[in-house]
Amino acid sequence: MSHSAATAPPAPTAPPAPPGGAREHRRFTLDRLDLTYSPYVYIAPFFLIFGAFGLYPMARTAWMSLHDWDMIGERTFIGLDNYTRLLSDDYFWNALVNTFGIFALSTIPQLLLALFLANLLNRTLLRAKTFFRMAIFIPNVVSVAAVAIVFGMLYQREYGLVNWLLGFVGIDQIDWDGQTWSSWTAIASMVNWRWTGYNTLILLAGMQAIPRDLYEAAEIDGAGQWRQFWRITLPLLRPTFVFVVILSTIGGMQLFTEPLLFANGSIIGGNQREFQTLAMYMYEMGLVNLNSAGYGAAVAWALFMIIGLMSLLNFVLVRRAAK
Amino acid sequence: MISASQRLWRTSPLTYTALVLAALLSIYPFYYMVVIGTRSLDSINDVPPPVAPGGAFTDNFSRVLDNDAANFLTGMMNSIIVSSVVTASVVLTGSLAGFAFAKLRFRGRNILLLSIIVTMMIPTQLGLIPLWGMMQTLGWYDTLYAVTVPFLVSAFGVFMMRQYASQAISDELIEAGRVDGASTLRIYWNIVLPALRPAAGVLALLTFMESWNSFLWPYAVLTPENPTLQVSLSFLSYAYYTDYSQVFAATAVGTLPLVLVFLLFGRQIIGGIMEGAVKS
Repeated sequence: MSHSAATAPPAPTAPPAPPGGAREHRRFTLDRLDLTYSPYVYIAPFFLIFGAFGLYPMARTAWMSLHDWDMIGERTFIGLDNYTRLLSDDYFWNALVNTFGIFALSTIPQLLLALFLANLLNRTLLRAKTFFRMAIFIPNVVSVAAVAIVFGMLYQREYGLVNWLLGFVGIDQIDWDGQTWSSWTAIASMVNWRWTGYNTLILLAGMQAIPRDLYEAAEIDGAGQWRQFWRITLPLLRPTFVFVVILSTIGGMQLFTEPLLFANGSIIGGNQREFQTLAMYMYEMGLVNLNSAGYGAAVAWALFMIIGLMSLLNFVLVRRAAK
Repeated sequence: MISASQRLWRTSPLTYTALVLAALLSIYPFYYMVVIGTRSLDSINDVPPPVAPGGAFTDNFSRVLDNDAANFLTGMMNSIIVSSVVTASVVLTGSLAGFAFAKLRFRGRNILLLSIIVTMMIPTQLGLIPLWGMMQTLGWYDTLYAVTVPFLVSAFGVFMMRQYASQAISDELIEAGRVDGASTLRIYWNIVLPALRPAAGVLALLTFMESWNSFLWPYAVLTPENPTLQVSLSFLSYAYYTDYSQVFAATAVGTLPLVLVFLLFGRQIIGGIMEGAVKS
């Protein structure tokens, strides 16, 4: 039906005024109502639900953060006291350092590796292209919980595969969740395993948007593969790379499940808080200790501001570095 | 004869070696999950570690089912229900709103669309603590409402559907529907929704995976008695971490549905992710 009609000359949006008759008039009014108001009905579900369960809680987080707020009991307005308390809170700084440490150990190798793999997948007449793409992406399909459980065993002290392999090169058993550097490395490896393939695909998509004749022209001019990568691929990939860096930053700053499960469900992340992240600290203050919910809300806003700052910083840095 | 461009894109054996290595590293933890999940508990502490699957899966998995503390079957059922409802709703509300933003004229359209895009950048963790309090007030704590209702819509879903609708559906097609006297809702159902099917399929897959795998929020509002699958796995692993065979058998079963979905639709999922990346 629609095919033959589609070729007809476009009709005006509203039908012409009806030639009288109550029934036609009613029909016309209904059409007008339909045209004017139905769009609002279609977008309403999003705004209603997001407003109630997305936007409102965010605003309320800001309000709570200005209070000494007990989730079950009393609430007193204290202004910015929660935020000044953050500045001298050792556990907060510890969580901040841990978050940044794990973030650096995961994001940097991950993006370099993704860049390398994407370049391999892009620059070649490859057999089994789909197989390789699917294989490197599949870690992203598994739940974080499953990843953390499996890696938890790989890093187990006495029978874990990682320590067993390290034994061959003469390295003694490492107590992976007992020290700062080792727990950061273990947690970062889970993040790397899960996200390298995803980033590879995004970077690959960006690379494929680069016109191929640029490479061919460079080849004729005698530029080698390495030079082509530096002079063509990297500069033209900049927008995609900024996107990937910011996405990794947002994810890295919110890291929660991997360290939580690595600590067997302990919200403080190791005996000495060796790997408690900011998101875990927020959870501890806001949802485990219900009487400090206002302080937890302040941590949430601090976390949000750190994410914003980090994204901005990365944006500027990546732009400048690629110039 | 090799042409110039073929020479340029030639693949060296080193490339294959690197890619095969990356593929093996990606797949290995799944394989490991299956190896441990199908072995008896005492063979796990063997040195060297076992490398091939064993025959103890039924035994291990029956321990999971007998385990009252994990509520594995409840978790599985809950995850199926929640993920299905969330997926259906996100696709429906996303395509409705996406159609409106792409093809209908109304006041405030641009500013409303912009506000949706802005909300995509705010992390959900920001509202976590008050949302938890809201669930208590509403009496939804430890019910499936708490893990379903807040996720019935998605800004990403609206945006993705809007992008696809504006390029895949011609204005003439919609006008033709109007000339035939169809209401806007009818046009959506008979013309727009069928045309959106490829993108809606990708959105459905991505939403289902995300919902199935979500952890932080279900962990915050559900108890071990009424968990989703991921929450059940986490409690299982805390309490029975020495019984690796049991934990891994459960983890493998909980991961299997998504791996199957991925093997069936991986091409579309990857296509959707790569396409989305270029446009944003």
